[in-house]
Amino acid sequence: MKLMLRVAPGIVRKPLIASVILETGALINIERASIDAVSGEIVLDVSDDKCRQVKDAFERRGVDVILLEIPVMRNEEECVHCGACIAICPTGTFRFDDWKVVTDPGKCIQCGACVTACPHRALQLVLR
Amino acid sequence: MEKVQAPAVEAEKSLSEINERIRDGSVRVVTAEEMPAIVEELGPDGAVREVDVVTTGTFGAMCSSGVFLNLGHSDPPIKISRAWLNRVEAYGGVAAVDLFLGATQPSEDKGIEYGGAHVIEDLVSGRPVDVIGEGVGTDCYPRMEIETTLHLEDLNQALMVNPRNAYQRYNAATNSSERTLHTYMGTLLPRFGNVHYSGAGVLNPISNDPGFEYIGTGVRIFLGGAQGYIVGPGTQHSPESGFATLMVAGDLKRMTSEFLRAATFTRYGPTLYVGVGVPIPILNERLALSTAVRDEDITVPIVDYGVQRRERPVLRSASYAELRSGFVEINGKEVPTASLSSFHMARRVAGTLKEWIERGEFLLTEQAEPLPRSGVIRPMKQTKELPYVGDVMNRDVVTVGENISVPEAARVIVGSRFDHLPVVSDDGKLMGIITTWDISKAVANGNISRVSEIMTRRVYSATPDEPIELAARTMDIHSISALPVVDKDNRVIGMITSNDLSRLFAGRRSR
Repeated sequence: MKLMLRVAPGIVRKPLIASVILETGALINIERASIDAVSGEIVLDVSDDKCRQVKDAFERRGVDVILLEIPVMRNEEECVHCGACIAICPTGTFRFDDWKVVTDPGKCIQCGACVTACPHRALQLVLR
Repeated sequence: MEKVQAPAVEAEKSLSEINERIRDGSVRVVTAEEMPAIVEELGPDGAVREVDVVTTGTFGAMCSSGVFLNLGHSDPPIKISRAWLNRVEAYGGVAAVDLFLGATQPSEDKGIEYGGAHVIEDLVSGRPVDVIGEGVGTDCYPRMEIETTLHLEDLNQALMVNPRNAYQRYNAATNSSERTLHTYMGTLLPRFGNVHYSGAGVLNPISNDPGFEYIGTGVRIFLGGAQGYIVGPGTQHSPESGFATLMVAGDLKRMTSEFLRAATFTRYGPTLYVGVGVPIPILNERLALSTAVRDEDITVPIVDYGVQRRERPVLRSASYAELRSGFVEINGKEVPTASLSSFHMARRVAGTLKEWIERGEFLLTEQAEPLPRSGVIRPMKQTKELPYVGDVMNRDVVTVGENISVPEAARVIVGSRFDHLPVVSDDGKLMGIITTWDISKAVANGNISRVSEIMTRRVYSATPDEPIELAARTMDIHSISALPVVDKDNRVIGMITSNDLSRLFAGRRSR
């Protein structure tokens, strides 16, 4: 399961992920992180069984945690099934099934590469 | 007893026989995707007996598309010289109220996110379009300005005329450079991160009749969800190199938004996805064989868009079968492939055309003449040339080694004419660059170390055979003011600065 963390300015410099790993023992994969002087947005991948525990641990530290169940939405009206989203996705979220584009939302890390690559503007990141 | 064998008679039939079968409902139609297996099973003669028409289809970005619109005359009348539809400029230099709207024209308010293609899709979808026109003011057309809102039905004519559609095949694209490129071939990731291709392969109209046995001027086709016609060879028609094109026309009022879809390629511009399908009558064995073409038989060059020149290097060629497998190998690396045209929609085009013919709604026309079988596209004749980097660069460039100290570098830079100091390896290869700013910063931070610690390692450079326009664009994109010029072994041989370029342009203007 993917979690999106929104880290407020006050705590962005703290070793939040490290301390959550030590507390929960969860194997966490950092899929994407953009952190600057004032805030941070981080996408993590955590196994389903540890997901609840990791979410709670971050929330206790004052981090906003959003479960990315459907991170990217594809507008079926606009999509013409060209495939421009397929090879540019770093995690393989899109593929052809009998030449129609199908989405595996569980793989999306919300990098946004597909949003600008889609010629028909059919893709949208949820919550961004 | 010796038996004399009769000479084999080639199976054939006439177009009027086929049209008779379309009228009486007995016609046998298959799509070009189904034909290879039929020919393999029955042979070309059997296929001629079994199949009457093969339908083809393609659906992809076709930039060279547009519509002629006749607005009707206002009162008092106006001779429109400039016009905008939803703030997208249309060409007004055709009579008084005829406009030509091109698919790739961006809008003045929304930029490339809305363009001529989007106006066309809005019209076809029945949405209103705001029209602004400027007139010249004559005794017969006194009005100077017009503003109105029109629907497709309000126009006298809306004729789609696309100068270049339905390419026989198209170069696949990849990118050797260090930065992501945004092109009409989509997003091309750096260091051969992906390959993009376009084209329907097995379903492509011209690839199913490359000898123009049937395809020619006057042939009735599927265009944008309606019946249209082939006008003739498209612009850049290049049959000898396997890149033939079609110029097509049709009535926009009969088309549908399912088969005309506006799109925008990021940092490139608007374009129109058009559905085009050509029916091919199986009149003889030659046509049976040509419509048996498979993805494996159609190859395209994979071209490096990292080189921003007309002649881009070809890395290898690949068939549509390979491209559509999802991966191709480039320099020993598996590179993911993806398409920009829609094979799903190409099937819809070929399938819809098949249904029209089976229902007796679409009769085939005789060609007035075949498309030209010879000719290749020629490059532009350029009579006013900008110089090359090698003509303009400073050759007296000073470089330093990686191991010298910052104060030494400071002394060199003070003694040289440039604010930039390329850092090179022992054998003269470009390793990095330092600027007066880097040195000032190092001094201010008390960081007086070796240049290798403060230099920028990701250096943008130019080559002497590059037109200066490309060097200027590199400087512009990366907001830098100088580029080392390197030879093919990455050895520094000169330097080109934004000052050199401004001097050049100032000189040209004052002439």
